Amino acid sequence: MGKRVAIVGSGQTYHKSARLDVNGIELIHEAVTRALEDTQLTLKDIDAVVIGNMDHFEGINYVDTWSVDGAGACLKPIFKVTTGGTTGSTVAMAGYYTAASGLFDTVLAIGWEKNSESDTTGAIITAFDPIWDRPAFAGAVAGLAVEASVYMHQYGVTEKDAARVSVRDRRHATKNPHAHLRGEISVDDVLNSPMLSYPIKLLDMCPRTDGACAVIFAAEGRAEKITDKPAWVWATATRHNYVYIGDWEPTAGLKTLESASREVYQKVGIREPLKEIDVMELYLPYSFAGLSWIESLGLCGKGEAPRLLWDGVTDMGGELPINPSGGVISCNPIGATALIRVAEAAMQIQGKAEQHQVPDVKVALATGFGGCFWSDIMIMGKQIK
Amino acid sequence: MERVAVVGVGQTKYERRKKGDSFADMVFEATSKALQDARMTIKEIDNVVTVSNDFWDGRTISSMAVMDACGAYEKNVSTVEGDGTFGVLYGMMRILSGSFGTTLVVAHCKGSESVSSLITNGMFDPIYQRALGLDAITSSALQARAYMNRYGIREEQCARVSVKNHGNAKNNPFAQIPLNITVKEVMASRMLSDPIKLLDASPISDGSAAVILADEKRAEKIDQQPIWIKGIGHCADAYFLGDRDLAECPSLEAAAKKAYAMAGITDPLKEIDVAEIYDAFSYMELLWSEGLGFCGRGEGGKFVDSGKSRMEGKLPINPSGGVLSAHAVLVAGLARVCECVLQLRGDAGARQVEGVKTAVAQGINGPCGQSQCVIVLGN
Repeated sequence: MGKRVAIVGSGQTYHKSARLDVNGIELIHEAVTRALEDTQLTLKDIDAVVIGNMDHFEGINYVDTWSVDGAGACLKPIFKVTTGGTTGSTVAMAGYYTAASGLFDTVLAIGWEKNSESDTTGAIITAFDPIWDRPAFAGAVAGLAVEASVYMHQYGVTEKDAARVSVRDRRHATKNPHAHLRGEISVDDVLNSPMLSYPIKLLDMCPRTDGACAVIFAAEGRAEKITDKPAWVWATATRHNYVYIGDWEPTAGLKTLESASREVYQKVGIREPLKEIDVMELYLPYSFAGLSWIESLGLCGKGEAPRLLWDGVTDMGGELPINPSGGVISCNPIGATALIRVAEAAMQIQGKAEQHQVPDVKVALATGFGGCFWSDIMIMGKQIK
Repeated sequence: MERVAVVGVGQTKYERRKKGDSFADMVFEATSKALQDARMTIKEIDNVVTVSNDFWDGRTISSMAVMDACGAYEKNVSTVEGDGTFGVLYGMMRILSGSFGTTLVVAHCKGSESVSSLITNGMFDPIYQRALGLDAITSSALQARAYMNRYGIREEQCARVSVKNHGNAKNNPFAQIPLNITVKEVMASRMLSDPIKLLDASPISDGSAAVILADEKRAEKIDQQPIWIKGIGHCADAYFLGDRDLAECPSLEAAAKKAYAMAGITDPLKEIDVAEIYDAFSYMELLWSEGLGFCGRGEGGKFVDSGKSRMEGKLPINPSGGVLSAHAVLVAGLARVCECVLQLRGDAGARQVEGVKTAVAQGINGPCGQSQCVIVLGN
């Protein structure tokens, strides 16, 4: 049987649209240094490193070997994982499994991206099958626009409802010094922003960001020595189903998230997520996801999410605050994005979130989204389980 | 610690160009063969680790192309970008975590659809190094020269590795280039980048390989001889070639040290019966033989001269024909693991080494074997 594992600390860079002051290795170094400071560890204490990003954004091949100076992995074990938008959560899981395996006690997990060096959409389009899908249905926005349209059509949800999600996340971001976009916006701002792909407007959509995040995982026995407030990982799950457009049912809801969340709920015995989970850090790349996907997570019935949003249930101070960090709509260094969700969820449990701390968090959930309608989940708690 | 076994292996034939096969076709073939080998169905696979690289595939999220082909639908799945041996490492750790009883690890690559020199140029620093024209071949040539100069290794000694491995490949139906060649012919082959000549270099290949891992409990129930992972280690050296001593391989030494300690191996030459190592270029087999402790530092040339690494020698190296005889990048390390498993099961056909009890597989990532993974397997 494997070891139980906790997140003992993390570090993030200050995220911007273009971090011209650093190269990728220096960006990684910044996050790693902060994670070490946060845990009062030195590189000598790190037994293994896992890293991830999306190659085509920076045009660097074999990032695991390229990054060793920044990652502190020289003459250490390191390997790379990558799964597109879910890369950050994939890295988190690799950190978790590596520490749980019993082979390594303290594991540094790094996600990063320097989107300013890329043609983001150009790179994403190449994810899709070159013959069948690429000319017709590829890139980040197209699929989401179809999903949003279907959702609006099926449940009478409006663009204004979706705007409420952007408003919430951007408001939360004002309290997070690491967020990229820290200005508050109104529903009207969102509705009046330029149309990208109907019904998605500029302020419905996440930005592209330069940034890195490092999270330190430690096995039971080691974790308690590093911090008296570890965030114990309870369960994780992954669903990467989509290959071709025909694999996706254009019906409302994120099926992979539904399936992955049911797996973790079942593993840890959660029946009523809205009541039993104290905070969520969700990979919501655009506003409509903040409605439809929380239904997929089982927080409410289909088509009921707008009510939760307008009632303030998911705001800071609400019953289940979502994205106290400001979420992906406020900050999106892609390979780091899902790892930031994990780091922020752990910070909430550890009581380290300062201005955006939710009081008394016992259970937190983080998600990753990517590939194409792929989902990752990690659930963690104050108690060891 | 719990033990993890390899309970099934599958490989496509490695070919210069698999015109009729997409990435998914190759992955489906290797996966199906591994399942067949383990006498399992995809339902018995608890989780999947795929191995691919966005540069080699020309696809961002290269794993997306094979999610259906490897049967990952509705399963927990992840993707290692690196050599297949690192995929085995991660697949094994996912089992050791207690979360899964079985892992399918599958790697694919189509060298025929790639421009190798551009893609491997992409692993170098974009400002200071790429413009120099560094790629896998030229950087390895620097390493070969550094190594040969320090220890007086001769080109003929490297050539001997090619002669041996291409000869071994004649007995491996999966190998791409079985050859009857002489040291003279290797020496006379076209110079690619001094001292690496055409016959010192591995080919461009298409192919896929898969292994199925299982914990002890599941392995017992599977109708195939389990081959146990006795030890595993991985480690990365510095990045910039100028920061490294290219004539040595400290990351391989560290990875091997860890793997051997886990496996209880103190005298590798004596205790290991067969080794499958990453000979992307002929000199690598000599240098890696030193890193793996088969001979002392600088003795790689003498080691191949001694005949110890031949099929009938004390420690046959690359009975499969090695990477020199088929080099589907990323897949190659997994192919090494597959061959070790076949040797340990006694299923290696005409290339079977007698009485194999312990085997070692090696994989590399990055320029000049910067990052290394060593796996000790036993029956």
